[in-house]
Amino acid sequence: MSVALQGQPLVEVKNLRHLYGKPSDGELLVLDQVNLALGENEIVGLLGRSGSGKSTLLRSIAGLITPTGGEIDFAKNPDGSGPVAVSMVFQSFALFPWLTVQQNVELGLEAKHVPAETRRKRALAAIDLIGLDGFENAYPKELSGGMRQRVGLARALVVDPDILLMDEPFSALDVLTAETLRTDLLDLWCEGRMQIRSILIVTHNIEEAVLMCDRILVFSSNPGRIISEVRVDLPQPRNRQDPRFRILVDDIYTRMTQRTAGDEARRSDGLFPGVGIGMLLPEISTNALAGLMEAVAAEPFGGKADLPELAAALHYEADELFGVAETLQLMRFAEVEGGDIRLSAAARRYVEADTDARKQLFAQHLLAYVPLAAYIRRELDNDADHELPAARIREELEEMMSPGYAEQTIRAVVAWARYAEAFAYDEGAGLFTLENPS
Amino acid sequence: MVFLFGDRDSLRRLPRLLPAQVAPSWADLIAFVALAAIAVSILRGAHEMGAPLSALQARPVTLNPARLPEYALLTTLRMFAALGASLLFTFVVATLAAKSRKAELVIVPALDILQSVPVLGFLTFTVTFFMGLFPARELGVELAAIFAIFTSQAWNMAFSFYQSLRTIPKDLDEVARQFAFSPWRRFMRLELPFATPSLVWNMMMSMSGGWFFVVASEAITVGKTTIALPGIGSWLSLAIEQKDMRAVAAGVATMGVVIVLYDQLLFRPIIAWADKFKFEQTASGDRPRSWVYDLFRRTRVLRLTAAPLMWPARLLTMIDWPRARRPQIRLTPTAERAVSYAWIGLVALGALAAMAFIWSFVSRTLTWHDVLIAFGLAVLTLVRVLVLIAIASVIWVPIGVWIGLRPRWSARLQALAQFLAAFPANVLFPFAVALIVGWRLNPNVWLSPLMVLGTQWYILFNVIAGAGAIPGDLKEAAGVFGLKGWQWWRRVSLPAIFPYYVTGAITASGGSWNASIVAEAVSWGNQHIEAAGLGSYIAKATVAGDYARVALGVGVMSVFVILLNRVLWRPMYAFAERRLRLD
Repeated sequence: MSVALQGQPLVEVKNLRHLYGKPSDGELLVLDQVNLALGENEIVGLLGRSGSGKSTLLRSIAGLITPTGGEIDFAKNPDGSGPVAVSMVFQSFALFPWLTVQQNVELGLEAKHVPAETRRKRALAAIDLIGLDGFENAYPKELSGGMRQRVGLARALVVDPDILLMDEPFSALDVLTAETLRTDLLDLWCEGRMQIRSILIVTHNIEEAVLMCDRILVFSSNPGRIISEVRVDLPQPRNRQDPRFRILVDDIYTRMTQRTAGDEARRSDGLFPGVGIGMLLPEISTNALAGLMEAVAAEPFGGKADLPELAAALHYEADELFGVAETLQLMRFAEVEGGDIRLSAAARRYVEADTDARKQLFAQHLLAYVPLAAYIRRELDNDADHELPAARIREELEEMMSPGYAEQTIRAVVAWARYAEAFAYDEGAGLFTLENPS
Repeated sequence: MVFLFGDRDSLRRLPRLLPAQVAPSWADLIAFVALAAIAVSILRGAHEMGAPLSALQARPVTLNPARLPEYALLTTLRMFAALGASLLFTFVVATLAAKSRKAELVIVPALDILQSVPVLGFLTFTVTFFMGLFPARELGVELAAIFAIFTSQAWNMAFSFYQSLRTIPKDLDEVARQFAFSPWRRFMRLELPFATPSLVWNMMMSMSGGWFFVVASEAITVGKTTIALPGIGSWLSLAIEQKDMRAVAAGVATMGVVIVLYDQLLFRPIIAWADKFKFEQTASGDRPRSWVYDLFRRTRVLRLTAAPLMWPARLLTMIDWPRARRPQIRLTPTAERAVSYAWIGLVALGALAAMAFIWSFVSRTLTWHDVLIAFGLAVLTLVRVLVLIAIASVIWVPIGVWIGLRPRWSARLQALAQFLAAFPANVLFPFAVALIVGWRLNPNVWLSPLMVLGTQWYILFNVIAGAGAIPGDLKEAAGVFGLKGWQWWRRVSLPAIFPYYVTGAITASGGSWNASIVAEAVSWGNQHIEAAGLGSYIAKATVAGDYARVALGVGVMSVFVILLNRVLWRPMYAFAERRLRLD
């Protein structure tokens, strides 16, 4: 799978493995057997769903997380001055609100004991390079999101790193601003005006990855593994309308929706981490579920849609779309495979039905295919007072997952069950009940 | 303080706008004179504190108005000395609690309890201790007074700092780690700035709380010894003893002036400055303003004079203490668990030993009957606190909502309410005594309002803030659907202000317990009136020098305060947080 690199890699990750949580309260394998080599002069993208561990990988390389197992080897600098240096750009910009733009940029130099005068010069040069002239004395809260991320970029570049790590750097920005920043960064990179030798960027935006990267590593979730590697040989600047570009995007969609184990038994269980009632459920609103079914049922798709096209039509990020699509798949309303989504017969009935019939159909599928919902309903039916303390369910879930995930799973199942009127939940009393006000 | 002057850029921005002339402006002159005056007075005050005790007795506190400014100065110095000590305590203890789980286990519950314990009751013990430390020096009594003020200031500051340290944003923490900040730089660049806004707010609250204790702690009577330190507190107690209404009024007025002065000269500028540390991504509409802060930033000479003073502060941000080289001991999980169990065991053992010690001390003089009496009196005081908070709520909630919905009024009245909360209500007690005695009222009933005299304002200004924060669309929706009268209160304003109200009521209730110690037994010259309650029980025991009963009273009161917090306020707060948050 690994493509041969020219020369020695700047950083090499071997058999990386990472577990979250303690063994006692349900640990989750976020990274499993990850191998990666970052070569000289390339932009490598880590592409995957949220929760696929790509940020964990990035933070392991940045030294912010100590992985549970595996090795990360950095190359030596040519002049023998220690290992190559890394620097990071954050999704949330992570600027210090009490420091001016210039002070923020100088922060890393300050920690390295660079003398004040040199520090100032280097910071001004970085500010200049990144197009922040005139903003030196502004505070972050006076800047727009795009300008803030430029500060984040200048701060990362000013320490002269060999490798620039970027954690979804453009995902907190609006589409136009993100595009401008991406283009500016690519221009700097192509013209060789930054000192960096290589960029590793985490993203869940497929088009962004194809626009920027020389290589894309596609991650699967639960646990996070590299499932495939895509080489992008298109010349820069790249054009989204280029047919070769579209083919690459389609190809990656297909890879991301591929099932690792295609057998029928794993059909629903493999979608989300955990099995049975211990399945970690995503918080997807029923409106989004209904909306997607309606969109796919309608023209021009007519029940079967290509995911990239659908994402573009609905203005969804691939990542968001996957979450909704796979929840539909879990409830057997749709089938996702090979970059396509196909509605089931039940979903077509759902789309045609009126509100009450929709709820009934949803309830049937919820209780049939979501084990936790079925379990709660069964317990309620068996209880004399038709009551069940939520604390009990929470405890049971926490044996299988972390408290945070247990909370999320309960919120998800409560939202679905409320819509389906399958059972009720009294938040104040912390009780599941069968009483629906009618 | 440190980072204001650590960053020259923020200061560099304004001078560019000024004409490049060398002659000082009028503002320079005023500022310079003010600074010099402050320096001289601090030196004078400090000199006096070092004198031996005999000198104090040779120059007793008199009701001579000419000396009032001096008294005011000394009292203010004491307050700031205590504030400084509290700040130091905060940095050390709160940092320890945030960084070490083992320390946290002990410190956090301790702070939580100390926050809600009647510190006035401790006075007896600390005075004895400090006088023993510096026998026959004024310094001992000074330290006792400062310590008394400290005990009223430190806990909430430490608690707020601890909470800030625990809620450092994850991404900023990652930046600090990625750039390998030393612990010192991390403190100066990340932790301290992040904690500053809430720390400043808590310092102001502490300062207000401190005034209450100044009056009680400067003129101290423990058993047979009575010591009056020169200060406003002693002035007031002397005036009360001599039934000099004009002297009381003069003392109260001076105190008012001092509060306004340090508020305008110190806290407003600090708040205006601390605004930049607010952790928000968008600039908020109205920034706190301060004319002194503006003056400071606008005045060249003042900045130049201050520069050498601030030089050490700037140095603090620059230097980087070498990282403490600690041998990294890696323990197996089992060993680690064993260590933490051992620690918990040690803490439990310490608590048991402390209990045994207290018991041996108390049981020598007290019987179960005394405990029963103390509990009965505590119930009386509890009823007073609850009834009065309820009455204050019924009065101030509608008024607060009315004010809060009118922005033009609320800005001004909010400041007034905060001033009233800072004002030590205990200095007004003598007037109440005069009334009660004059009209032959029942002290058991009519002394009670004194308990909320100073604390009701917390309810008022929190409600004003809450009503001001009701979102415009909510008000519009209520208007569109024609919600009026009781329905409007029940569905719109009461739920919206509830979280704010609870915050105010918690503060008011805690303050009222504390105030009961001075409010249930009040004197005016030779007239003493008393209400039956735990407060007067503690006050009497203090005057009599009966340590065991003071300990018992304080202990019982602590138990009641903590129970009230757990049973009533915390659940209300949790409910407000969960259901009624407007965001």
